[in-house]
Amino acid sequence: MKITTPLTDEVIEKLRAGDEVYITGKIYTARDAAHKRLVELLKNNQPLPFDIKGQIIYYVGPTPAKPGEIIGSAGPTTSKRMDPYTPMLLEAGLKGMIGKGERSDYVKDAMVKHKAIYFAAIGGAGALIARTIKSVKVVAYDDLGAEAIRELEVVDFPAFVVNDIYGNDLMLDNMSKYRMEE
Amino acid sequence: MRYIERDLVVEAVERLCIEANYYIEDDVLNALKRSRKLETSSIGQRVLDQIIENDLIARNDSVPMCQDTGMVVVFLEIGNLIHIDYDIYEAINEGVRNGYLHGYLRKSVVKHPLDRVNTGDNTPAVIHTKIVMGNSLTITLAPKGAGSENMSLVKMLTPADGYEGVKKLVLDTIFDAKGKPCPPIIVGVGIGGTFEKCAMLAKEALMRPIDDVSDDPIARKLEEELLEEINRLGIGPMGFGGTQTALAVKVNVYPCHIASLPVAVNIQCHAARHKKIVL
Ligand code: SF4
Repeated sequence: MKITTPLTDEVIEKLRAGDEVYITGKIYTARDAAHKRLVELLKNNQPLPFDIKGQIIYYVGPTPAKPGEIIGSAGPTTSKRMDPYTPMLLEAGLKGMIGKGERSDYVKDAMVKHKAIYFAAIGGAGALIARTIKSVKVVAYDDLGAEAIRELEVVDFPAFVVNDIYGNDLMLDNMSKYRMEE
Repeated sequence: MRYIERDLVVEAVERLCIEANYYIEDDVLNALKRSRKLETSSIGQRVLDQIIENDLIARNDSVPMCQDTGMVVVFLEIGNLIHIDYDIYEAINEGVRNGYLHGYLRKSVVKHPLDRVNTGDNTPAVIHTKIVMGNSLTITLAPKGAGSENMSLVKMLTPADGYEGVKKLVLDTIFDAKGKPCPPIIVGVGIGGTFEKCAMLAKEALMRPIDDVSDDPIARKLEEELLEEINRLGIGPMGFGGTQTALAVKVNVYPCHIASLPVAVNIQCHAARHKKIVL
């Protein structure tokens, strides 16, 4: 299924855990250090450096771009490290996250509450994903280097819906289906 | 005595860093293709398709297959008949520095584990040396990502835990890790020796070719049984559910004290990168 950003409630309502999606539009990169700063701004009632409403944050720390390229390999990093910051960002209007691995229960609850989706991209598929990134622009925290917040223009970025707004969880549900007890 | 030039070592390490990160080994690629055929979950099949496609893109375009280009682990086998009159650790680190710079690889090493300032050049490497007979220097280099390394562990079991205790420890470790170490994984198990020795055994086990089977009958039985049982856990590629959680299990053993049973489980993600050169 092809989807575009920013995400609308209409699209979000259609997505189900297990759906394979191709994302087109702008997405924003952020990992640990950037998350910390975003949440500090929110706590102090200050504006964020980009309009987060309806947007998707991608947890990524790419390799350096080769000469002539705009980005290096750019696969997802482990999402769980961002969990403590996530509920506040969801409350501020964030609608999607892309990373790898499972989320904490309190994040899943916050996703149901604020109608947001957690997508997983394939960990270690950095070369494949990089091909879908068409432009890269630093929008905040240049001083963080590889961890600065970047706006990526993506076309058909491949991902899977892990947590939908109905409380379904691809990893938990599908895993038990393939679990063979002795 | 054979003299091995410093430049030769520096250049070899630089090349190994780059090649390991760009070019997946055939044994791993073939194992991924095999698991694609065996996978029954449709989402698992799609994940494996993307992993294989990714590895081929990386190979063709000469780019890193994964953005976590790892901390470099080096195994040196130093022949007793070679002569070196320079600091070989320093030569290796120079090779790593050059490789990560010239290969556009990510610098993922912090100088101090607690104040966490990046060294900026991915040095130092973790270097293990072994003296062997002969007049060559063998360098095996493995960039190791954090995702799978973080899911690894060492546990001092008691002799009474035995064979079944070891199996349970491995299965529990993998079940707890679920999708985090980027399955399909390769599992290195070290059994015996001491606390530190079993960790080395597990790491060395991961350097074995993927289709290699242990010549120790008990280890071989463990390898077979564990692979089957891991793949019954249901975790599947990337933890999305499926039958292909592990590509292989490698068990290395060593004698140990009458009162102990050290066991290490070292997990390797599907981006299983290691390259070897004999100088
Ligand atoms: S666990 Fe391996 S494949 Fe996954 S992100 Fe880390 S290095 Fe890459």
